[in-house]
Amino acid sequence: MNSRNPNELNSADRVPPNTVQFHLTSDPKLLKVVRLVVAHLCDLAGFPEAQRHRATLAVDEACANIIRHAYEGATDQPVIITARLIDNGIEVVLRDFGKKADMEKIKSRELDDIRPGGLGVHLMLSAMDEVVFDNTLPEGNQLTLIKYLPPLRSDTHEEIVP
Amino acid sequence: MIEVITRNQHAAAIVSIKGDVDLYSSPSVRKAIIALTEKKTPTILVDLQNVSYMDSSGVATLVEGLQQTGKYKGHFKLFGLGLAVREVFELSRLDKVFEIYPNEEAAFNSLV
Repeated sequence: MNSRNPNELNSADRVPPNTVQFHLTSDPKLLKVVRLVVAHLCDLAGFPEAQRHRATLAVDEACANIIRHAYEGATDQPVIITARLIDNGIEVVLRDFGKKADMEKIKSRELDDIRPGGLGVHLMLSAMDEVVFDNTLPEGNQLTLIKYLPPLRSDTHEEIVP
Repeated sequence: MIEVITRNQHAAAIVSIKGDVDLYSSPSVRKAIIALTEKKTPTILVDLQNVSYMDSSGVATLVEGLQQTGKYKGHFKLFGLGLAVREVFELSRLDKVFEIYPNEEAAFNSLV
């Protein structure tokens, strides 16, 4: 069996610890793969089930926005996802090379306005603790999503009495 | 993969969905629901008990169904929402907009 010597990896190939990085095409049928990876990372981080659902939803919505807006529905364009465990949660960075996002349009809409569509940004903002959008890169966009573990409930705190 | 099956029962159409409803699969759900609203089906019950995941495109499809049914004074109700699906409805605050029931029997009883 041929195995690649880790010492032969370029620095660009190296992935930091606790990190999953993968490249995919902008094809909606691959969204489930993204969700499975994020859900598993959330499990590793120790998120409760409801919070895991929220983080997974936010990343799925971010990918869907890339497909719909940055790539205008093209299914063969590159998306790079870097997801990692951080000290107290997870961070997911999504990179695309498509059309620059209009920052004016990246805002949550009024929920009283009941209509199909336009919910994705609201769901991302509601589900994550930090959402940082960067469209200043030479090409495309980068979105960073961070979710922190919920604080421990005080009634579960055990004090060690000597 | 997603499975969308429509059946008629007691003058209502029940749309049973099985699988994840996302950007890839929501067009199949939309097709089934729009086929019913175009025929002005008086009551549409959407069975979500086998839906393990739904994103905003799925929610948008259901909002469209609700609005289309409202135009001809029909009923559009949901039942069997699991945790992940309920989560997206709560986050979008649509849990107060839709009539949501725990199961098929409760959804039918609401019609009486």
